Amino acid sequence: MTAGNVSKYVYTAIILFLLWIVLTSTFFWEEILAGLVLSAMVAAMGYSLFTDKGLGNFSPKRLAYFLVYIPVFLWDVIKANLDVAYRVLSPKMPIKPGIVEIHTDLKSDIAKLGLANSITLTPGTLTLDIDDDRLFIHWIYVRTTDIKEASEEIGGKFERYMKVIFE
Amino acid sequence: MNFYTVLEYIGMFLVFVGALFLFLGALGIFRLPDVYNRLQAGTKATTLGAFGAIIGIGLMRPEWLPKAILIAVFILMTNPISSHALARASYRRGIKLWDRSVVDRYGPYLREKEEKEGKR
Repeated sequence: MTAGNVSKYVYTAIILFLLWIVLTSTFFWEEILAGLVLSAMVAAMGYSLFTDKGLGNFSPKRLAYFLVYIPVFLWDVIKANLDVAYRVLSPKMPIKPGIVEIHTDLKSDIAKLGLANSITLTPGTLTLDIDDDRLFIHWIYVRTTDIKEASEEIGGKFERYMKVIFE
Repeated sequence: MNFYTVLEYIGMFLVFVGALFLFLGALGIFRLPDVYNRLQAGTKATTLGAFGAIIGIGLMRPEWLPKAILIAVFILMTNPISSHALARASYRRGIKLWDRSVVDRYGPYLREKEEKEGKR
């Protein structure tokens, strides 16, 4: 599903303008004006590459899922680090590494990127390669080599979020 | 104790936690057996380590906080991509997995793909 050009353009300009506000961190009207003009110009050059859905990205459901996703994800990053700490510090080093294959139902590239990044930053897994719907995952402690079970265990939770946020 | 002092102490604590995880990551790179396991420790520890340090600095100097958050988000988005590129390049360059690894589904996939492309 792709949106119209106007919607794409407005979305790109809004995101660029928000970035400008964060980076300058001032509220003088000259700065704001310069930011508005520049984001309008840059958006005109790059909107077709920047987004597929345009203003559709601001739908309440997507934003809500995104806001819920942030703490879920950060908690998993912390768990991943504790996991690494445990494996590194214990004298016996409880690792059983291997590369497994998992499948995903996600279609759009940006959703797959989000899934791959989430998998890399969560406990014990690292995305090695993606080819269409097949992901190759280096797993530090392989619990199952079955594609279905591994898909559910490694990516299942994130896939549900990505589906709503990006697809 | 006013609000800014409290923020400063929270910031110091976050910087300390970040440094601790960076140290654990370095230890992991030292102890783990092959490049893929080392990348695992490296990616996760550097991401949270840098995250803690940057947000900590942002809390110690609240006027920097928006920029600090932006930098942290960029690190969060790009760090996994670099580790993916490193792991993939190592594998294709022929660096072996640790000899006690239990399964390798990527090797057969690459050979299969090569055969398909050879036939064309």
